[in-house]
Amino acid sequence: MTDLAIETEGLVKVFGTNRAVDGIDLRVPAGTVYGVLGPNGAGKTTAVKMLATLLRPDGGRASVFGRDVVKDADTVRGRVSLTGQYASVDEDLTGTENLVLLGRLLGHTRPAARERSAQLLAAFGLAEAADKQIKNYSGGMRRRIDIAASILNTPDLLFLDEPTTGLDPRSRNQVWDIVRAVVAQGTTVLLTTQYLDEADQLASRIAVIDHGKVIAEGTKGELKASVGSGSVHVRLRDPEQRPEAERVLKGALNASVQLEPDPVALTATVNGHGTDLGAAEQAARALAELSRAGITVDNFALGQPSLDEVFLALTDRKGPAE
Amino acid sequence: MSTVTTGKDTRTTDTLDFVAPKADELAALLVGHSRPPRPGALSASMTFGWRAMLKIKHVPEQLFDVTAFPIMMVLMYTYLFGGALAGSVSSYIQFLLPGILVMSVVMITMYTGVSVNTDIEKGVFDRFRTLPIWRPAPMVGYLLGDVVRYLIASAVMLTVGMIIGYRAAGGAVGVLLGVVLLLVFSFSFSWIWTMFGLLLRSEKSVMGVSMMVIFPLTFLSNVFVDPRTMPGWLQAFVNNNPVTHLATAVRELMAGNWPAAAIAWTLGWSAVLVVVFGAVTMRLYNRK
Repeated sequence: MTDLAIETEGLVKVFGTNRAVDGIDLRVPAGTVYGVLGPNGAGKTTAVKMLATLLRPDGGRASVFGRDVVKDADTVRGRVSLTGQYASVDEDLTGTENLVLLGRLLGHTRPAARERSAQLLAAFGLAEAADKQIKNYSGGMRRRIDIAASILNTPDLLFLDEPTTGLDPRSRNQVWDIVRAVVAQGTTVLLTTQYLDEADQLASRIAVIDHGKVIAEGTKGELKASVGSGSVHVRLRDPEQRPEAERVLKGALNASVQLEPDPVALTATVNGHGTDLGAAEQAARALAELSRAGITVDNFALGQPSLDEVFLALTDRKGPAE
Repeated sequence: MSTVTTGKDTRTTDTLDFVAPKADELAALLVGHSRPPRPGALSASMTFGWRAMLKIKHVPEQLFDVTAFPIMMVLMYTYLFGGALAGSVSSYIQFLLPGILVMSVVMITMYTGVSVNTDIEKGVFDRFRTLPIWRPAPMVGYLLGDVVRYLIASAVMLTVGMIIGYRAAGGAVGVLLGVVLLLVFSFSFSWIWTMFGLLLRSEKSVMGVSMMVIFPLTFLSNVFVDPRTMPGWLQAFVNNNPVTHLATAVRELMAGNWPAAAIAWTLGWSAVLVVVFGAVTMRLYNRK
């Protein structure tokens, strides 16, 4: 039996007539990265704010390391740290000033706060920007100082609310590396994200939420198995051959095939049902069958299911056309 | 985004200037740093006061309202009303300066609401609210920073006043006591603005509401003229207006007298303001 970092039961938050969080049950084991995946407006941030003691739940119960987030908010605050969707640092102050400010508020003496600030800035590649105002930082630098601020006193539980939204791929990788390093030191991370890829990279368990409800929960493997392990995107040379290609792929992969707006393109789900083969092998076999059927394939790619596909599969409703 | 795009792998990046901390480096940073004891209420408040000072350092333009505005107030009202109300500028400034000092500083307090309102919209407030510190500390810190601003305004106005002929019979001690009383009242009064800053949705509405409060409160007082010429109903308001008590107390202190009743009224008002609006502010702050 592992310890739970977070446990919620029927957590509810209502804004006017909008049930932003509508009865969420979560059990987050300590020492792991737990991904909360969902589109904009699904209730991810609202849920995190309740867990971080920023919002009072309207219903249900939530505890962090066994302490109630409402009754025992002060104790909870001593063990958690939050990095919000927007940089939770003071834009007018410099990097050093921000970290010293936080250090002082966390009880460090001024010299200790200064030392800690210098160490963190150096470790996060911000030593040169230490005396610049945050408003002059790039998006990636902001995220790094934000996370540096969050681990100034190493928290037991770190909330990362969409830490890479709006970042370029390199900055996103850096944030991922930092998260992995923090977790390796024993901190539990609750990560909210819109990207399946990100949850896949970092999280060991994932809850998918939509309209304030958990619509799926499990390990990455379980979740992926429920939506298929990927999709193969094929471009033909001759649009005339597409109906034939569709039939062949359907037969080979035993799954649904989507016709793309581009008359030579089609996408097929690779779901791994009823076979021991990996997604790549299945895709390779399907391609071989296309070739055997005399269909010329100019280009193909194998990708993970997108968040849209996950949602389509989980909710059975029509998503926005892409 | 489409399912997958040929040849585009977001994980492929150039690693040349990769600056993420190395795992062992980070480990050294994280391990062995036991948490120090929480800071006390005073220490946390002072730290937030320091933040306010840093903001002034980085955005010195924000001192405009405590420098140029007060100078303008002194000169404008002295020369506008001096001749008509008291016969001469030099005799009017004796009466007006303590009053206009009170009026200007009380008016400047209204910026507290605007800065609270713009600040809470930013992510940094979420961080402050998740810290295990004395809850009112961020608000008290604002007000401590503002006290410094009020002090600057007072110094500027007294200097301008003295240049154009104001002489305080109470001497340095009288002036100092007057300013201290003014700062105490302004600190307490500012809790009204922290409340509005948290309550109202936009900076504009904070400004609007502040004007509605501040104009009657400062103009319907004894700052400009003795209330005896006013109609009875107006006198009833003016004589019970906290700004009147404060202006009387500051004026008398600077003139070298000891206006016990006015001082008591001012301190009483201050206590009531802190208790009522401080409580409402903290309730809003915790619920925000």
